[in-house]
Amino acid sequence: MNRETLFNVVLLLALLVAPFVALQMDEPFYVSLVTRVAILALAGVGLNIALGFGGMVSFGHAAFFGVGGYVAGILSQHAFNYEPLVTWPFTIEGTNQMLVIWPVALIVCALLALAIGSIALRTSGVYFIMITLAFAQMIYYFAISWPAYGGEDGLSIYVRNGFPGVNTMNPMSFFLICYGVLIVCLVLSMLIRDSRFGAALQAARQNEVRLASTGIAPFRIRLVAFVISAAITGIAGALYADLNRFVSPSSLSWHMSGEIMVFVILGGVGRLFGPVAGAALFIVFEFYLGGVTEHWQLFLGLVLLCVVLFARGGLIGLVAGRARHG
Amino acid sequence: MADAVLQIDGLNKQFGALKATDNVSLDVRDGEIHALIGPNGAGKSTLIQQISGLLRPDSGTIRFLGRDLAPLSVAERAQRGLGRTFQVSSIAPEFSALRNVMLAVQAVDGSSFRFFRPVMKDRRLIDAARAVLEDVGLSDRADIIAAELSHGERRQLEMAMALALRPKLMLLDEPMAGMGPEGSKQLTAFLDALRRQVPILLIEHDMEAVFSLADRISVLVYGKVIATGTVEEIRNNAQVREAYLGEED
Repeated sequence: MNRETLFNVVLLLALLVAPFVALQMDEPFYVSLVTRVAILALAGVGLNIALGFGGMVSFGHAAFFGVGGYVAGILSQHAFNYEPLVTWPFTIEGTNQMLVIWPVALIVCALLALAIGSIALRTSGVYFIMITLAFAQMIYYFAISWPAYGGEDGLSIYVRNGFPGVNTMNPMSFFLICYGVLIVCLVLSMLIRDSRFGAALQAARQNEVRLASTGIAPFRIRLVAFVISAAITGIAGALYADLNRFVSPSSLSWHMSGEIMVFVILGGVGRLFGPVAGAALFIVFEFYLGGVTEHWQLFLGLVLLCVVLFARGGLIGLVAGRARHG
Repeated sequence: MADAVLQIDGLNKQFGALKATDNVSLDVRDGEIHALIGPNGAGKSTLIQQISGLLRPDSGTIRFLGRDLAPLSVAERAQRGLGRTFQVSSIAPEFSALRNVMLAVQAVDGSSFRFFRPVMKDRRLIDAARAVLEDVGLSDRADIIAAELSHGERRQLEMAMALALRPKLMLLDEPMAGMGPEGSKQLTAFLDALRRQVPILLIEHDMEAVFSLADRISVLVYGKVIATGTVEEIRNNAQVREAYLGEED
């Protein structure tokens, strides 16, 4: 087992054990803190597929995170009020079942990413960053100005959505659900990275012209990766809405896009567990430094600066050295 | 000319006031090495870019295996058998030599939209890629990260990636550039043998290599083909001597 694998295993175990320890210490608040790490890490795992593997610097992943959250919020509000979502041409009821909400969030975010990606991926570099940002901001302002689902005030989920056989209101149970989804998506992300598709995607980042001259069109590869990336971030958004039992336009704002990007960069761009390490570090900073000073983001900024200047591989790069592609 | 693999007719490309490609017509036939020579800035690379699809011509046609290339993208042209190397080696620097070639094998061997099976367990990809690396003499460097290969080895790797496509035509943009005398000699011998597998359009500054390899030579000056012919014909062409070879006498 090499050092990176070892670090990954330790990280996953620590994440799993932390809430149990917290319960033992009678500090249930920490359970929800660790749940937040798991969910934000999941959002980062999504972005990492686009940003880390494919080199697509999306500054608009909050769009998918927020839309995923609104899917959860809107469906459960309709279920709560016994109001169908649509009555014509056929009736679509709301739902409070996660197993229905997740696929809906996944499909909605995938379609959205297909539309955004088809346009944004015709550009590259700064223009790509700006177009993804612009789309996310459009959706943000749309959410603010649409009163049906709370507008600026956001939308509350009165009872956390359900999962068969599990009492999701129990913080520990909800954590385990989030943890499980995170593991599934990490495995998915690993399979993608090592597959033929992943090889083409990483080649598109390294040398686009070479990939094309080899007979593989970079655009389609990137677009599919962007869609997968968005779908995973969307599911994270749905879970986040359930964690807070609340979703607001702020989850769609560019601050959120920036934060997801920070998770990926802090942990190590393109490293499988980079987003997990990054999200954990971020929350630790936010919680402990935030307890000391309200200007904690200044220190986060300094850390980020150091990572970008001196440790391109992020935390995982520091621990395990440079990435190996075999 | 039934045997023309590549047929270029009346090709024009203008950048502002500069005619980079001026009514160029030429063809590459089966089994031959057709060398394209000309002074710096004559438009050789611009021509290659148009053939491979990175640049669109203003007018004129390029036919490859009887088919008009105009509507096809770079990737589609490569899939139809247009292999190329670049003036500056173009590879995926973070991948090992083997994985670089596997990428090319994967491009012709079915789909890149496979998400779950690890490529490093894909025997078909690995075996085919190793065989090509063997052909270009790079098999003992297969597991080295491409960025760490020497200049000459990167050239070989690029050649391997182009060959892995099982190309119907090779476009080689100054393959000898930056190679030592020993490397040039080896590459010359390699290309000499390669022409039996695949016709080659060779852009090259190394006159010794061109004269020993080429079946036909076209001379490009200021975007215009001023002469096409055998090595002897080009050597004895007064216009060519004046425009180009004269400098070397």
